[in-house]
Amino acid sequence: MSDLNGQADATAKRRLAKRYAAERRFRLYGASAIAVALLSLVFLLGSTVLQAIPGFTHHVVTLDFDLDATKLDPAGTRDPAEIGRADFSRLVKVSLREEFPDVRDRRERRQLQRLVSTGAAYDLRDAVLADPSLIGSRLSLAVPMSDDADLLLKGEIDRDVPEGDRRVSDRQVAWLDQWVAAGRVERVFWTRFFTSGDSREPELAGIWGAMVGTFWTLLVTLLLSFPLGVSAAIYLEEFAPRNRATDFIEVNINNLAAVPSIVFGLLGLAVFLNFFGMPRSAPLVGGVVLALMTLPTVIIASRSAVQAVPPSIREAALGVGASPLQVVAHHVLPLAMPGIMTGTIIGMARALGETAPLLMIGMVAFIVDIPGGPTDPSAVLPVQVYLWADAPERAWVYKTSAAILVLLTFLIAMNLTAVLLRNRFERRW
Amino acid sequence: MQYLTKITARDLNVHYGEKQALFNVNLDIRKNQVTSLIGPSGCGKSTFLRCINRMNDVIPTCRVDGKITLDGVDVYGDDIDVVQLRARIGMVFQKPNPFPKSIYDNVAYGARIHGLAKDPTELDEIVMTSLERAGLLAEVEDRLADPGTGLSGGQQQRLCIARAIAVSPEVILMDEPCSALDPIATAKIEELMGELVENYAIVIVTHSMQQAARVSARTAFFHMGYVVEEGDTARIFTDPTDERTRDYITGRFG
Amino acid sequence: MVGLATLLLLVLTATAHWMGRRRSLLLADGPGAVLHSRPAYHGAYVAFWCAGPAIVVLLIAIWAEPRIVSALVEGGLPEAIRGLPTVEVHTFLANAAALASGSFVGPEPSDALRMAASDWARLEGVTRAVLISAVLAVGAAGLVWSRGQLSPELRARNAVERAVEGLLAASSVVAILVTVGIVLSLVFEAARFFALVPISEFLFDTHWSPQTAIRSDQVGSSGAFGAVPVFAGTLLITAVAMSIAVPVGLFSAIYLSEYASPMVRTWAKPLLEILAGIPTVVYGFFAALTVGPMIRGAGESVGLDVASESALAAGLIMGVMIIPFVSSLSDDVINAVPQSLREASLGLGATSSETIRSVVLPAALPGIAGAVLLAMSRAIGETMIVVMAAGMAAKLTINPLEAVTTVTVQITALLTGDQEFDSAKTLAAFALGLILFLVTLVLNVIAQVMVRRYREQYE
Repeated sequence: MSDLNGQADATAKRRLAKRYAAERRFRLYGASAIAVALLSLVFLLGSTVLQAIPGFTHHVVTLDFDLDATKLDPAGTRDPAEIGRADFSRLVKVSLREEFPDVRDRRERRQLQRLVSTGAAYDLRDAVLADPSLIGSRLSLAVPMSDDADLLLKGEIDRDVPEGDRRVSDRQVAWLDQWVAAGRVERVFWTRFFTSGDSREPELAGIWGAMVGTFWTLLVTLLLSFPLGVSAAIYLEEFAPRNRATDFIEVNINNLAAVPSIVFGLLGLAVFLNFFGMPRSAPLVGGVVLALMTLPTVIIASRSAVQAVPPSIREAALGVGASPLQVVAHHVLPLAMPGIMTGTIIGMARALGETAPLLMIGMVAFIVDIPGGPTDPSAVLPVQVYLWADAPERAWVYKTSAAILVLLTFLIAMNLTAVLLRNRFERRW
Repeated sequence: MQYLTKITARDLNVHYGEKQALFNVNLDIRKNQVTSLIGPSGCGKSTFLRCINRMNDVIPTCRVDGKITLDGVDVYGDDIDVVQLRARIGMVFQKPNPFPKSIYDNVAYGARIHGLAKDPTELDEIVMTSLERAGLLAEVEDRLADPGTGLSGGQQQRLCIARAIAVSPEVILMDEPCSALDPIATAKIEELMGELVENYAIVIVTHSMQQAARVSARTAFFHMGYVVEEGDTARIFTDPTDERTRDYITGRFG
Repeated sequence: MVGLATLLLLVLTATAHWMGRRRSLLLADGPGAVLHSRPAYHGAYVAFWCAGPAIVVLLIAIWAEPRIVSALVEGGLPEAIRGLPTVEVHTFLANAAALASGSFVGPEPSDALRMAASDWARLEGVTRAVLISAVLAVGAAGLVWSRGQLSPELRARNAVERAVEGLLAASSVVAILVTVGIVLSLVFEAARFFALVPISEFLFDTHWSPQTAIRSDQVGSSGAFGAVPVFAGTLLITAVAMSIAVPVGLFSAIYLSEYASPMVRTWAKPLLEILAGIPTVVYGFFAALTVGPMIRGAGESVGLDVASESALAAGLIMGVMIIPFVSSLSDDVINAVPQSLREASLGLGATSSETIRSVVLPAALPGIAGAVLLAMSRAIGETMIVVMAAGMAAKLTINPLEAVTTVTVQITALLTGDQEFDSAKTLAAFALGLILFLVTLVLNVIAQVMVRRYREQYE
């Protein structure tokens, strides 16, 4: 080497040291890039999970209700329709007044009433309708608290900030503490979040409506994109002549896969809503739009799955006199199915998380009812997230995060299924 | 013994796109005889084989001119159904290619798609006979439900032969059936061909001149897309008339 | 009508299949007959002939039904109403249809309308019955005719397979129809917009306020449509996003493909992919709720005035979302660089980083550029993050701390909520959509060409 003299050797060594330093720096950049990406992921998921946890529970307070027969069922018919029309919110107010008889001021009374959710009256009605024999007696029932009271009890509203900056007044805090001290308050897992539709009140809102809407939407998407995508892939791989027309289809499919999703929404609005007059806000239209959006994904995945089936299998089948269609139906398709399924699930997962095109076709309406079919107006999970994220009350943050967590759970389940399918059934030739 | 002509090729020219693969091929394949096609790589022997059962139809650029007849009927005729043609002309490929299904289903496949069996018992019978004739039955009798891909290479190839004869073809085309097999498995297949020839016309493409000499009654030598010479195997190997045949046989090229 | 007709047709088709099959079995038992095709194909043959023409008739029937009913009801209207202007007659008919189906909203209907509605209901019933019968009759005719065609020599299999192949080919054309649909709907609506607002104003004017008019001479008091600030905002946010995604994504790809142990690779790669799988609405929520206020707080602590819906917050999160696109595409590209090139450089005594910088990256550059373009088109078309975290006000600025708006935000804003169709506002959304489509298309095409050329180079 350069052992001409000590001087040159030292220079060479210094140079080498510099080069190694550069090497280490470069490596560090790479590692930190990965770290940045993964930390963002952890930060994003972590903050969502932390914010979601309060959204899954809620505080209930046990109150005594005087089920006065003269008010609930003056005629004494015990007719459910008759009872259902009674003024249950009045009963809740009466119960609260009895609870704190010293509260006389109208403003204070209103503050007191604001501790309990408007849903308390519905729960009371449901309890009475379920068991009309209760009428005339006193009923002790746990009813949901309002979102603000709940947040204070969860510690999400800080008691130490000045009263004016807080959504719960000192007086309300005192009442709540009184209830807590009496052991009347309980924090429960909030099943209503999973079983009810949307609502203006965070404590009454649930994702069931959005989940049903998502189900119908994805069902339509699957029923359209799977058969169409697989047929197209089979045609292009197995039957299509290699010519300009098929090249054009191929280029077209690749480009379609990269068209921004919102453009599919514009297509849906212009063609399906305005031209064909299909209903707004319906899973049917949402499903069709998402199907067109996922179609390229399904086609591309199916094509590569079909391509992976070795030609020797096709030759073997042709050699014993199978027709090309029989070759596909008996051999190529069954062998390619795991790959096709994997691609389809991934496409469906994309469709499940998609929001933008659905906004275009009016799936942003406030819908309380659970949709009964693909033509009923409905929301889907990501749109529900979008709508709740826009709401000003603090409690919505937790509901939104909880809904996101549910959405992510579905997505992870779908992707895991895809991975498992691939690992379990993928055949190496 | 009088041998009937099963297949005739007349003035066969085959193109792949611009490139011509076969030139004016004239060849007869006889019943109850093994015909060997020999020649250096790329000489067109596999192309010729694939013309007989129209496997070349799959290749879009392939163009076939001339005439091939099976029992006097033009196989490229307008009213020929390729699928039925291939049921009459079975094929065994270079690399064993069993379906990734059970041994039973492999053999039963052809019989099923052509509806050869009226009921399950009949299908069982077809499968058993075919395995028996392919000399595989004894080895797989107790594991018919196992996947065909789990067999050894030689067994797989005999499975493919069983699969081919299960459709009761009249001709069996073999495209270098032993090139992926060891000598013992090769010997078994060759033995098998000797038995099968009692019922079928067999055409075999082979790179091994010893194999051609061992198994076939007639041999055709292909070179650069032409049939240079054809005739009784014994004569071709002992007294070839063409220079190129002699060079090839004596190992001077190929 | 659709449901019932489909159900009946399904039953008829199943019957057709069964009849075809049975007849072919009888034929097979006939004297000296050998079937060309198996009985199942004969069944399918008859079923196809039964269902195919019937479905065509069904589609026509679905299209024609409301028109026939409308014409019939119109014919039966009293002279007084028929004499009205065409538009009013149509409104009257639409109201009658709504009343008949129970979806009528409005003042107490007049007697004439009630009469028309009951006419409508009656005639609709009759029309439906006739149309469904027609569908079934065509199906039955197809069945009878094709059943008569059956013979041992019939190539039912070939016919059925041709039909199936036709269906397969038709499915692959759907992708083209979608593209045509997109282009036509965008171009058609945008053309109507440009009839109201000059294209030069849209492309070059710097005032965008579609909701309110700022000059009296503007169309229908519907505002100004100079889209330059919208384009500029899109570019600003995209630039912020790319400045995160490109270095992080590229270095991740380099580390994963050149340095990482197989263990790190197997774990880090799928974890990165998760970033790509998270719905954009989740990113939007995160950007608006956590990152936006965080940046604002950080800015305030150093004395900077940061908008709470700053371009920086939206761009940052969009950048994170795009990291996996850049990294996985670059990873593929870097892996495609032949090992021999690396070995040549390493063999000369170069360090790994020198090899990467002077050999691998230059070789992979066209592919990486393609990947970056694809990621960019993704960023430009991204909607939810900007809708939730970027602003609404169109401001012409290059300061990422200010709030800007983007093309996708404006499309969403113009088309959500109640608005009349055909107004300049809603049509403007389609004009923006057209620009968005064209720009992303061009980026994609260039990127694809670049990546393909690059791949071919090393194949």
